[in-house]
Formats: sequence, structure tokens, C-alpha cells
Amino acid sequence: MNLFAAADPLFAHGVTGIVLLIVAIKCLIGFAVLMVAVMLMIWFERKAISDMQSRIGPQKAGPFGLLQTLADGIKLFFKEDLVPEQADRVVFKLAPYLVLVPALITFSIVPIGGTLHIGHHVVNLQVANPPIGILVMLAMSGISVYGVILAGWSSGSKYPLLSSVRASAQMISYEAALGMTIVTIILATGSLTTHDIVTSQGGSLWHWNVFRLGVVPFVVFLIAITAELNRPPFDVVEAENELVGGFHTEYSSIRFALFFLAEFMNTITMSAIMVTLFFGGPAGWVPNVSHLRWVFPIIWFLAKTIVFAFSYVWFRAALPRFRYDQVMELGWKRLIPLSLAWMLIVAGFKVAPAWGLVMGAVVLLAWTLLTRAFELGASRETGRNSVLPVVGERPLPGTVLRRYTNKEGL
Amino acid sequence: MAKPFDFFGGFKLTFKHLGRATVTNSYPKVKRPKQPRQHGRHVLNRYEDGMEKCIGCELCAGVCPVNCIHVRGLDNPPDHPVSPGERYGYTYEINYLRCIHCDLCVEACPTQAITESKMFEFSFTNRADAIYTKAELLVDDQGFPQRLPWEDWREGEAAMTGGWMRATSPAGDANYEGVIQWTADLGAGLRAAEAGQSGEPDDAATGSKQLRDVFTRHLERDDIPLNQRGLSGLAQAVRVKLPRRRGGDQ
Repeated sequence: MNLFAAADPLFAHGVTGIVLLIVAIKCLIGFAVLMVAVMLMIWFERKAISDMQSRIGPQKAGPFGLLQTLADGIKLFFKEDLVPEQADRVVFKLAPYLVLVPALITFSIVPIGGTLHIGHHVVNLQVANPPIGILVMLAMSGISVYGVILAGWSSGSKYPLLSSVRASAQMISYEAALGMTIVTIILATGSLTTHDIVTSQGGSLWHWNVFRLGVVPFVVFLIAITAELNRPPFDVVEAENELVGGFHTEYSSIRFALFFLAEFMNTITMSAIMVTLFFGGPAGWVPNVSHLRWVFPIIWFLAKTIVFAFSYVWFRAALPRFRYDQVMELGWKRLIPLSLAWMLIVAGFKVAPAWGLVMGAVVLLAWTLLTRAFELGASRETGRNSVLPVVGERPLPGTVLRRYTNKEGL
Repeated sequence: MAKPFDFFGGFKLTFKHLGRATVTNSYPKVKRPKQPRQHGRHVLNRYEDGMEKCIGCELCAGVCPVNCIHVRGLDNPPDHPVSPGERYGYTYEINYLRCIHCDLCVEACPTQAITESKMFEFSFTNRADAIYTKAELLVDDQGFPQRLPWEDWREGEAAMTGGWMRATSPAGDANYEGVIQWTADLGAGLRAAEAGQSGEPDDAATGSKQLRDVFTRHLERDDIPLNQRGLSGLAQAVRVKLPRRRGGDQ
């Protein structure tokens, strides 16, 4: 009980009926807001990307095509629900929920506003504020990858399987960098809860983690989270030109809609998480208006989130999809060392400036060694006598042909 | 050589496109201007006194590569002749399930009796409707094509529909520079000659609207017509718009 009270001031006076009611209302509002947000997000993405491609985009359903998502949802709902003959039926039906439910849970830890006073109850404007805080997000994104993997595996078809293999590899590669950046933030905050992370950035613009920690963790986090979301340019999981539809090739009807829903829900949630971790969440200028002071943080939060939601759409419009080996290389050779190095430097400065400089020197040394190692690895001798084939490089057709026509080459 | 910030070129380009007008339009509601030489469905023309131009010579049927035209001529009845000649087109049928709109019939016609309108948006729901007879092809008393229920005519689309003649000697041929190459439209009058190699094109007179003008904002700088570039281009755009707005007020 004390643990609860420490985590959420709502439980300070014990758990009464009113408190439970408030919690239920918070859950309900959170769910409703997220659903509407997903609907708007899909519309926004389609509209923005069509503007970027000089098209009109959805326009028929509702004003400005706002209800297009609803129409699509209803259409998908009434379509025939197919389960392939080769599919593992139970897992096949379970997989969409394994993706959807974590997406819903992740949003619950996002603080969307300040605090609200109802009677003597202090209500934090976030669905839940668990002591493990931001780790919930890592855990949930870990679970949602199970959804993708199981969906691909249980489809009983080769392309979804390939896609799920890619998904698992990609998740593992980028989760490490993601975790390391979050550790950097936790070092600076001294707490795991999202509420504390947000309040510690409350002071001024320079207290925002994006500036306080240097921009590097933010950039790493942005790239890693885009890869984690399987959004373009990292959407090798559903690369249409290689894998048909990826893991949801065999899905139809409402199950497909659930995948789609979860994907966009994750996009919104991760934009919100990014705002929470780096941009002070609901922090911002609040005019001195009585009774309405709690509204402005929400507006700030929404504005910041929309900026990132837009940035995802922008990525999709501007960047071509990475090749699979490029995705792996970026994850392992660039982001993981970079985030690890930055974490060490931040930790060093946290102890003492001198230690920070020492860490910086260590990182520089390690970076040089690593670069040399990559070079050696790339220029490794290959041929009949080498044990391993070249990594990350495919022989061109011409090279292969020459090998077969040239006797010396054989 | 790649510049260091080329990576962000894609972001810049897509962001620039956000503010631009769209290239596509919501088609059934809004139509794009049709090209002056658009090949649409045929019309059978008449003279100003209402006489039919067709003399039933069957050259169009002979030249048709897909055999979609069926014509039979007949001697003009002496008391009330249909055409100002010896014979007239007694039967005239075009099967639009076969027609490829090549316009060879228009070129073959010695009296410019058959021309093509720009109307291509017709969707019949049975085979009988696909075969247009004289009753459907003949222009009305004002010289405009008939509007059949399954055809999508809009206001102003029937204007300047006179078919293009002499396809083998387009405006590029110096011999035909300034020579009118359109058949006269009964009521709608005559379209001006195309500009040819020299001289400014008069788009209003020839009834053409260049796609280049429509998409000015989407072209590379070098491809934009000189009078529409930069500040003078802005002034030009305003000048084009102003009288139209004034006309709308009246």
C-alpha cells in the first residue's frame, strides 16, 4: 500500500470507491482518446503524405475525409475472416491481440498533463504511474514483437515467416540502443517513473533532456524507436517488394485491422514517449488563468506530440527503405556503440567532471579501436581459403560470372 | 560529387510539396481541360442552312482500320434534298465497341462531314447503345453535338469541338502555318489557326489549355515558360485572374 501511495498521490488517503471511480474514468478516457487519436493519426498520415506527393488524399468520407478511417474499419470488419489451412489456428488468432494490448498498455504510462485537484484527491493526468515506469514501455515493446513473430510463424507461409525472422532480429538490434539511451535519461533523472522524468524537466527549456544530455541520445532514440516501430525507412518487416505484405500477408478482415490499429497506436504512443523523455512532456508556458491552468499543459503535450507524429510521416515520404543488412549495420555498428559511449560519458560527468573527461578519453580510444576493427572486418581476405564469406557485401553478378569463366579464378 | 547535406534533400523536397497545389483533381467532380486535338466521339456536321454535309461516299468506312463504320448512300430525293449534292448518307452507324478513335475517317472525309468532338466520357450499359446511328451522331440545329443520357457533358465542353483536319500536315509544317485546320462549327464558328513554329500561341482562340500552364508550380525552373517565371510570372497570374473575377461580379 505504501508503495502505491508513493507512486501515485491519488492513493494517499487509501483506496476508496471514489478513488476507484477516478481510476476507471481515467482508463476509459485514456482508451477513448487513444482510439480517436489513432483514427485521426491515420487520416493525418494519409493526408500529409498525399500533400507531399501532390495528391489530394482521402476526401469523400466526412469533412476533409476525416471519417475515412472509420469507413475503412467498417469495411474490414465486414470482410470475410480467413484462416489459412496451414496456419496454427490458436496462435494465428492470438497474435493480433499480442500486438494490440501492449500498444494500449504502453500509452497508460504517458503523462499527458499536470495534476488535477478533485476535492482533496490529487489526480495525475496519466492512466498509471508504476514505480518501474519507463521499463513498462521496454517490456511492452518486447511483448509486441512476440505478436509479430507469432503472426509470421503461425501463418504457415514462407513470406510471413521470413518477415517474422527479420522482425525479431531488428527488435533485438535496436532494443539495445534504445535501452542504453533510456539508461542515460534515468541517470539524469534519478527515477524510473515517467512522472518524475517529466517533472525533472519542468524548469526551463534548458532542463529538457534533449538539451541537457546533448542531442545525441535523442537522435539515437529517434532512430531506434523508428526501427522499433517498423516504420519507414526501417519497415523491412513488411517490405512489399520482397515479402508481399510481411507478417500480416495471410491476415484479413478484423484481424488485419487490429495489426493496423496497433501500428498507428504505437506511432502515437512513441511520439508521446519521445516528448515525455526528451521534451519535458506537458512542460511549457502556462498563463495565469484560474481554473484553466490544467488545460495548458495538455495543449503543450498535444502540440509536441503532433510534431513528432508529423516527423514520422515525413520520414515515410522522404526516405527510401533500408536494405536489411543496412538496418543491421546501422543498429550494431553505429547506434549501439554510440549510445553506450554517450551513456558512459554522461555517467562520468554525473560523478565528477574529471571522470567525465576520463570517460571521454576512454570512449575515443574505444571508438578508434572499433573503427579499425570494422575496417579489418570489411577488408577481410576472401576466397577459396577463407573460412567465412564476406559480411555485408554481395558479389556482383559480373564478379560471379568472371569467377566461372576465368580459369585462374577457379 | 555529393554535397554533405544531400541526405536532407528528400526532406526539403517533400516539405516544399506540402504547400503546392495538387497535381491530381477529384475527377468526376472536376475535369481537367481537354486538349485541342482530343479524339472523342464523332459528330456528323451540317451546313448553316441545315443541310447535311455527308454525301454517302463511304470513304470513311473504307479507311476505317477496325471496320466500325457502316455507311450506305442513297440518291437525294429531288423534292426535299438532305444534302446539297447528288447523294446523301442514308445509313450512318459507328460501333463504339470497336472504334479506336484514330481519326482516319475525319481525314478521309472530302466534305468534313464527320469530325470528332472531345467527349470521351460515355459509358453505355448495353450493346445496342454502343452503336451510334445517324439519329445520335447528327449535330442539333445550333451545330452542337447531341447530349445522350449516358454521356458526361459539362458546361462549355461542346464548344470548340470541331475535329482536327489534315493530320499529316500538323502545325509544324511551314506550308500550313497560319492556315486554319479546323472544320467550321455550325453556331460555334471557326477556331483560329494554331501558332505553328513562329508566333505566339493564342490559347483562348484555339481553345487549348497547356498542361504546362496548369502544372507550372511542379516544373523545374528551366521548363517553366518565360512569362511565368519569378515576379513577372506572379504579375501574369494576377492579370489572368483579375478580369475573370470582374466578369463573375457582373
